[in-house]
Amino acid sequence: MPESSSDRPRKGGSDKSAGKAVAVRKAALAKTVTATPVPAAAVATRATSGRLTVRKTYKLYIGGAFPRSESGRTYLVDGDNVALASRKDARDAVIAARKAQPKWAGATAYNRGQVLYRVAEMLEARRAEFVALGVPAAEVDAAVDRWVWYAGWSDKIAQVHGGANPVAGPFFNISAPEPTGVVGVVAPASFLGLVSVIAPAIVTGNTVVVLTATPQAAVTLAEVLATSDVPGGVVNILTGNAAETAPWLASHDDVNALDLTGVTDPALAADLERSAAGSLKRVVRPPADGTDFTADPGLGPMTALLEIKTVWHPKGF
Amino acid sequence: MSGSAFDLRSFLHGLPGVDKVGVEARAAALGTRSVKTTAKAAAIDLAIRMVDLTTLEGADTPGKVRALSAKALRPDPADPTCPPVAAVCVYPAMVPVAAEVLAGSGVHLASVATAFPSGQAPLDVKLADTRDAVAGGADEIDMVISRGAFLSGRYDHVYDEIVAVKEACGQAHLKVILETGELGTYDNVRRASWLAMLAGADFIKTSTGKVPVAATLPVTLVMLEAVRDFRARTGRQVGVKPAGGIRTTKDAIKYLVLINETVGDDWLHPDWFRFGASSLLNDLLMQRTKLTTGHYAGPDYFTLD
Repeated sequence: MPESSSDRPRKGGSDKSAGKAVAVRKAALAKTVTATPVPAAAVATRATSGRLTVRKTYKLYIGGAFPRSESGRTYLVDGDNVALASRKDARDAVIAARKAQPKWAGATAYNRGQVLYRVAEMLEARRAEFVALGVPAAEVDAAVDRWVWYAGWSDKIAQVHGGANPVAGPFFNISAPEPTGVVGVVAPASFLGLVSVIAPAIVTGNTVVVLTATPQAAVTLAEVLATSDVPGGVVNILTGNAAETAPWLASHDDVNALDLTGVTDPALAADLERSAAGSLKRVVRPPADGTDFTADPGLGPMTALLEIKTVWHPKGF
Repeated sequence: MSGSAFDLRSFLHGLPGVDKVGVEARAAALGTRSVKTTAKAAAIDLAIRMVDLTTLEGADTPGKVRALSAKALRPDPADPTCPPVAAVCVYPAMVPVAAEVLAGSGVHLASVATAFPSGQAPLDVKLADTRDAVAGGADEIDMVISRGAFLSGRYDHVYDEIVAVKEACGQAHLKVILETGELGTYDNVRRASWLAMLAGADFIKTSTGKVPVAATLPVTLVMLEAVRDFRARTGRQVGVKPAGGIRTTKDAIKYLVLINETVGDDWLHPDWFRFGASSLLNDLLMQRTKLTTGHYAGPDYFTLD
């Protein structure tokens, strides 16, 4: 069989290199232990576990891939190395989001719903991972439930929010909601908040560029999305300082809407809103007293990022 | 050089071989230059002035060609400081339509001819094609060489064809398309470049844009070396036009760096270097807008064609 014959040498090759890597690592270990003083704790963990753990760098999520920042910058969050996004990462993310948008919006509502249910499945399966990152178990559950709730709306929102209008003429007059396009999102700090801004934007066919200041949970969510049939580019996640990257999204001509739910500084929010006006973006501003994400969100988060298309169709007599 | 089969063959095969690894490494290294701020603004304007705005589709209509020609004159209607492009490039049937719009504007009108893109037609058909385009108002002709003849070693056949087309062009400039994606090796690219120049080409052009592999940096580097060496030998300067696959400002600037480092200032002019492209212009305009306004531009603000 051609499959097995092509498989075999590859397996052999990787075994060999893996063996070599282990040997090199062992040699290095022996050298450090004998030659230089190493903190006792480090030696102990190496000795007891017998291996070095692979440390994770939290990277960006752009167009379905996990690149480092174009700028090469990183910063530390709770001891983890995290990519610090630059304006060029924001630009690349907008390009990826724009490219993915027509196909995502063109998918049937049923299909988008199925994809989002799949995300909920994967979230459920990785529940422990989010808890280990410090997200309270109850919040993870609430986030999964919220995701499922929005997934259910995919093929219902048009029925509730659109409609057939009575007109005084021989026409069918139909209003149908359509996605706004590419949405820049400044995500709130909580995990439930993050889910509560991404899900309502994408369920209707928008694509998003999300700026987050809580990178570990957000990038883990990106790993969930990357493994659950969400096309690359539909959700793009940039970790780092929103005050640095958000202005570039706000002024970008190819971003159609801006969700400022996660902006806590009113002066920054006002600035962003002002530069968003330059290209007539829709802007979602959170209520002044903050958003309670545990409450029933209603349809607002979805309808804020929809446009109404009204069609007049001649009626035959 | 007599142009006899024997002479051509011994000359072209006497050219030194191209160091494949070397030329690719050199092109890649030059592609890493960072061009910013005022230098970038100058590079973008130069690149816009070098664009041969091209539409070569079966679906081309007079309306589309008219719109494209209008865009060539004023690429960015919102900004009067934006320069016009070098030329518009269309099929012979569309030449009169474009000529109407471009007449007296200084923007050249190029037409592909000689059974573009395959070049597989009898010589008299190719010559008639060329004469029609020139009569219609084209002042630049983009001809394709017979790759079949070139690859089978009938260099004299290709040479004679170029000479005949050049004669049919009259006053019009002749660009010779080598279709490097079908030539196979860099050695062949170098030979075809020399063959075209010896036969009287005013420009050598990489590709038709109709085969999967179009213009690449290493191929353009080999061609730039050929025009440099040709001028050193004969005193006649020949232009270069990479075409196909150049879509971003970043790519275009890489080519400008390549010119500067290989042949120098003399070729950094629309008379001696062109980009055959359609979608490149919009990206150049978006980058230009980004530099002048300070924020990123979007494709919604520029025409589709």
